[in-house]
Amino acid sequence: MSRVLVAMSGGVDSSVAAALLVEAGHEVAGVTLKLWGGPQDQGCCSVSDVDDARRVAQQLGIPHYVFNYGDLFERSVVTPYVDAHRSGLTPNPCVECNRHVKFDALLDRANRLGFDRLATGHHCRIGSSGAEATLLRGSDPAKDQSYVLYMLSESDLQRLSFPVGDLTKDEVRARARELDLRTADKADSQDVCFVTDQAGRSGFLSDRIPLHQGEVVDLDGNLIGAVPAVELVTTGQRKGLGLGGHPDRRYVVSVDVPRRRVTAGVARDLLTDRQELRDHRWVGSPVVGPVAVQTSAHGASADGELDQSGHLSWRVPNRRVAPGQAVVFYRGDRLLGGALAT
Amino acid sequence: MLGEPSAYLDCAASTPMREVAVEAMLPFLRESYANPSGAHSMARHARTAIEESREVVATELGFSPHEIVFTSGGTESDNLALRGVVVATGGLAACAATEHHAVLHPVQSVDGLVIGVQGDGSVDLEDLARQLDHARSGGRPVAIVSVMVVNNESGLITDLRPVRQVIDRHAPGAVLHTDAVQGVNWVDPRTAFESADLVSLSGHKFGGPKGVGVLAVRDHVRLAPQILGGGQEAERRSGTHNTAGIVALASALGELGRTRTDTNIRLASERDRLADGVCGAVPGVAETVDRAQRAAGIVQLVIQGIETEALLVLLERGGVMASAASSCASGAMEPSHVLAAMGYDRIAAAGSLRLSLGWSTTSEDIDRALEVIPPSIRQLRTPVGTAVR
Repeated sequence: MSRVLVAMSGGVDSSVAAALLVEAGHEVAGVTLKLWGGPQDQGCCSVSDVDDARRVAQQLGIPHYVFNYGDLFERSVVTPYVDAHRSGLTPNPCVECNRHVKFDALLDRANRLGFDRLATGHHCRIGSSGAEATLLRGSDPAKDQSYVLYMLSESDLQRLSFPVGDLTKDEVRARARELDLRTADKADSQDVCFVTDQAGRSGFLSDRIPLHQGEVVDLDGNLIGAVPAVELVTTGQRKGLGLGGHPDRRYVVSVDVPRRRVTAGVARDLLTDRQELRDHRWVGSPVVGPVAVQTSAHGASADGELDQSGHLSWRVPNRRVAPGQAVVFYRGDRLLGGALAT
Repeated sequence: MLGEPSAYLDCAASTPMREVAVEAMLPFLRESYANPSGAHSMARHARTAIEESREVVATELGFSPHEIVFTSGGTESDNLALRGVVVATGGLAACAATEHHAVLHPVQSVDGLVIGVQGDGSVDLEDLARQLDHARSGGRPVAIVSVMVVNNESGLITDLRPVRQVIDRHAPGAVLHTDAVQGVNWVDPRTAFESADLVSLSGHKFGGPKGVGVLAVRDHVRLAPQILGGGQEAERRSGTHNTAGIVALASALGELGRTRTDTNIRLASERDRLADGVCGAVPGVAETVDRAQRAAGIVQLVIQGIETEALLVLLERGGVMASAASSCASGAMEPSHVLAAMGYDRIAAAGSLRLSLGWSTTSEDIDRALEVIPPSIRQLRTPVGTAVR
């Protein structure tokens, strides 16, 4: 038996994670993070989500706490998200929240409070290779969330637990219904928790930074369209470029925010042999050689090869990854590490 | 959890009911359940109990019985006072920046004025005078000023007389409201509330039940009701009387009046032992307000290098129930607006702990707190080997 703190978002996965830990005989406490005080219609910290998490904790007979990480969330997730858009990068706030809030500040606090492990409802698994802990994809391929956890180190994994990683989403919901948890049929959270459906990205960002119209040019520099806000354009994007009637599908090849210019090309113009990367994180030792590469949260992986300097060569030319996005490396089910696209 | 020995040091949040209050309310839950506004004998019996309670409350507070309005609690009393006077007079409301949200939010809701405070949390009387003058010269004078007798976070006691003098000089005709939800425990109401025109109380803060409160309103105050209906409480607060709650509140207030002086002496000494014990055991812990200026039962500490929401987890594990500043609807701790107004930054305020004693607090509670709090602070200050990111 160990003492486990489980992060409960008010969703079904973390509810069942808590239940499984209680069933396994651990001494369990639940915590819900209050991250965002602004308007929101989904995500993990509205009052009703906290109420749901608290009620599940009551049903399971475990203590429940609420920790307010609002200042840290603003500083380490929201501000960088805004800054990234301002400089033409494509941020992943869920990754940054995991990196700075859940698996740094909260993990540290859990340890200081005498908990042996921190658990979450993420769909992924912890395996072992000799004495070392490894991070594996979740059993349900459609729900695998290992991608957003690439920043975890081996020593982090020693202090973590992902109780629902062995279950499919359907099995998680079935367990929640068996236990009569009020979160059993709650919809999955989507997108960015602090951006409401109503305001959207542009509404959120326009409250914080000026958004600028931009011109769309082809690879030869000819003006072919316009966008209402160059800060909202992402490499690889196809829609919203004002290119109606063009015979070929056009994609964003690059974004130049200072010059308010978007360059668009056809699909093959996006293809590249090589992807430059920065800010690598490795679960264990740095890896060189062939890897399977995933470039979005639920995307398919493609084969590539990491060189000594940590850059990636694709086996067959692949679409350029939007600068700022996470690029995550696997061998089989095992996550090796990841980095950000430059 | 429940049933294990614990030290309850959160009396400013709520107190256990006094036995006299429990005994007083039971007959009105079981037998005398009739609506006190009715015409038959059972109704008259309930109504008699309410009027007797009103007399007890009036005597304790130094008001006349017809000046006592029963409400659902402190928050409703504060809302009725502030919004009621603003609606009735068309004037402005003003309050100190360190007021409870039950005062601050109603004042802000009617575009009222927020008065600054000094570093110890006391009202900045010069700022009050300046803002009252400004409102008057702007054509919409202040009609009500609200200043609490005892602050719920810091325990600071405010003498209302100098506040009254500033109001009379700079906003003649304006009334003075005081949120005495904490204060009634610690100061003699008849002298402390003498300068006030309106006084709010909440039953459960002094050994009465939750869901019942008082607004004492002097005769000359123009007040518009905020809850309309059957016209109870002389048209000032509609809604069927909470007979059991009102009777229990009056019983608790009566016992408070009989025991206040002795309890204050006893708790001041326990509070000193608690504050000295914690501050002496670990470095980097300080009280926010001088004891001489503070209610006997409240200790507010600012603890360097920790966050209270983590400390409370360890205290609870050790059987000590305490709190930080105010909580929001989700249960998350919000940075204290009281400490912010006193000039503390957010990092310092995040380490604030409120230990509040009450009529039920024992020496053993303080012993337990002294065993648990210092090692908990040390534990949180000890870094864990974590990877640097």
